[in-house]
Amino acid sequence: MSREDVLVTADWAEKNLGTEGIVFVEVDEDTTAYDAGHIPGAVKINWTTELQDPVRRDVVTKEQFEQLLSGKGIGNDDLVVLYGGNNNWFAAYAYWEFKLYGHANVKLLDGGRKKWELDGRTLTTDVQERPTTTYTAQDPDLSIRAFRDEVVNAIGSKNLVDVRSPDEFTGRILAPAHLPQEQSQRPGHVPTAINIPWSKAANEDGTFKSDDELRELYAAEGYDEGKPTIAYCRIGERSSHTWVVLHELLGYSDVKNYDGSWTEYGSLIGVPIELGTGK
Amino acid sequence: MTAGCGAPDQGADLPASTNLEKETVLTGRVVAGGEPVAGAFVRLLDRTGEFTAEVVASENGDFRFFAAPGTWTLRALSRAGNGQATLVADGPGLHRAEVSVA
Repeated sequence: MSREDVLVTADWAEKNLGTEGIVFVEVDEDTTAYDAGHIPGAVKINWTTELQDPVRRDVVTKEQFEQLLSGKGIGNDDLVVLYGGNNNWFAAYAYWEFKLYGHANVKLLDGGRKKWELDGRTLTTDVQERPTTTYTAQDPDLSIRAFRDEVVNAIGSKNLVDVRSPDEFTGRILAPAHLPQEQSQRPGHVPTAINIPWSKAANEDGTFKSDDELRELYAAEGYDEGKPTIAYCRIGERSSHTWVVLHELLGYSDVKNYDGSWTEYGSLIGVPIELGTGK
Repeated sequence: MTAGCGAPDQGADLPASTNLEKETVLTGRVVAGGEPVAGAFVRLLDRTGEFTAEVVASENGDFRFFAAPGTWTLRALSRAGNGQATLVADGPGLHRAEVSVA
């Protein structure tokens, strides 16, 4: 994979608005962002209600994914360009889920909403209806999704990359600092995990750093290119951002996103937990 | 699951569940020439300058973080320009700062 296979620039996006066969999709948990203004022609996907099962804690099923994309007017052959707020966290999660269900042609808008807004590019409140399609998904590609037992078994053997902030990693806090602090889990991290916050992979304007900068970043933190990798965060969205970096931009082959992440691991009975920096 | 990672409303009012005897809340406003700047991206950086969190300021320029005691940098990016301010939270409670962009 090269960068052009994974990302589009804001300039490219602006030139390709309204192009047949390209669907822009805004993915935010906060759908009011889309409602207050979005990229012209973009449809919205709600991360919480449309990409996750409404009852069980899980991603949507293959059938639910097919219904979702059919309803949004996305065809199997369309190029889907995902973007969103929070430095593309949720767009990256959606990207991972589109890959999980085998969508061939999906890219991220580099910089997401933030760069688009800071550039002063056009946003509209007009909602464009797309005719429904009959979308066919593939069986989930479990080579990119890790489950809890794999994480426990990876202790001391695989790269475990904890992409949360240092304060979450060491156990000082349980959630990112813009959220109220939950008390339901034990704080800390998976033993032997290295802490490389997702934010180190992004520039201030939300774009990804260059491949060279990224390779240097992970190497400097002790990332072993020769080993399989599991990335995790709190609920699996920031680790999707890092999964995009490691698997898609840098092209490391065996990289999984653990979407259960700390809200699952930190609630498990009996699993090992480490506090502090681990160094 | 309780709250997700989307930015909650950045109004000036705190959620009713906030316990200011235990929680350290950083709050403030983004301004340019004394006027509030709506929709700025406000980044919370820790004592080492490391990114910790980011929110979008409200229509009135208000922002809010749930953090921990310590020394924090608040950095705002907006179409009106960028700027930053330092905030020392010496303990739990409500701590305020204004961030000017230019």
